[in-house]
Amino acid sequence: MIALSDFLILGALLFSLSVAGIFLNRKNIIILLMCIELMLLAVNLNFLAFAYFLDDAAGQVFVFFILTVAAAEAAIGLAILVVLFRNLSTINVDEIGRLKG
Amino acid sequence: MEKLLFYCFAAILLFAATMVITVRNPVRAALFLVLAFFTSAAIWLMLHAEFLAIALVLVYVGAVLVLFLFVVMMLDIDLVPLREGFTRYLPLGILVALLIVVEMIAVLGVSNFGLEQVEAPQVDESVSNTRRLGLLLYTEYVYPFQLAAVILTVAIVAAIMLTLRSGTRKKQDAGQQVKVQKADRLRVVKMASEQTKSNKASDQ
Repeated sequence: MIALSDFLILGALLFSLSVAGIFLNRKNIIILLMCIELMLLAVNLNFLAFAYFLDDAAGQVFVFFILTVAAAEAAIGLAILVVLFRNLSTINVDEIGRLKG
Repeated sequence: MEKLLFYCFAAILLFAATMVITVRNPVRAALFLVLAFFTSAAIWLMLHAEFLAIALVLVYVGAVLVLFLFVVMMLDIDLVPLREGFTRYLPLGILVALLIVVEMIAVLGVSNFGLEQVEAPQVDESVSNTRRLGLLLYTEYVYPFQLAAVILTVAIVAAIMLTLRSGTRKKQDAGQQVKVQKADRLRVVKMASEQTKSNKASDQ
């Protein structure tokens, strides 16, 4: 039988890989968005593992909502990316400093 | 057998995630992301979350990642400056990732969450996963469910309004469309009838 810790460690590995991805690809917004999707996937895996091992379907409901919000986030993020590229013709994070934040 | 399958899927998932963050071409990264989501859908099936596994394939692989591919292919990106600093931040990235992994394994390892601590539950096979999820979603979580619909609507409106170009926008005026007369659109031209070659041949 597969233990709960196996699923949790897999989720931790996936999460740390996507954190490393954010460090490595800090110039490319598209890859950054993909890394965020991978992080959400790792979190969802944790939710589902606990939902199965504690026999409580509420965890699955949470994953459902996370999927909804992540889909909305990806749609708006990519729309902002397209507008940004249209105005600045670049997606390099270093060159996007108009707000001087 | 189940353990073998799990480790197989986990290896493919981690390989795909590694390729997503290291590969040079964003199109390939998006395709590896598809592989990662497919594999994790298989792992979700092993966790008896059948409905969500299929929803992941439909919603993510079918919609979100196709959107990613569209955007990646639509933008004409110069890739060389985007790779700057990859090797510079590699040691730091690996260090942070390793630290997270070591910390997580220390907390989530077999000593705390192994089979002795949390044994696998007996799944009730008589009730399907979809029915179980639906019963919960439409009773206890019906208000958040409605809010999720609102969030999706807001996302549609925001995405369309953001990408709409104001200059080339087509305008539709229903009053003008109703008011239009036949004379405004149709012009009848008077002209003599013409004879084609075959007609001339049959006349003679």
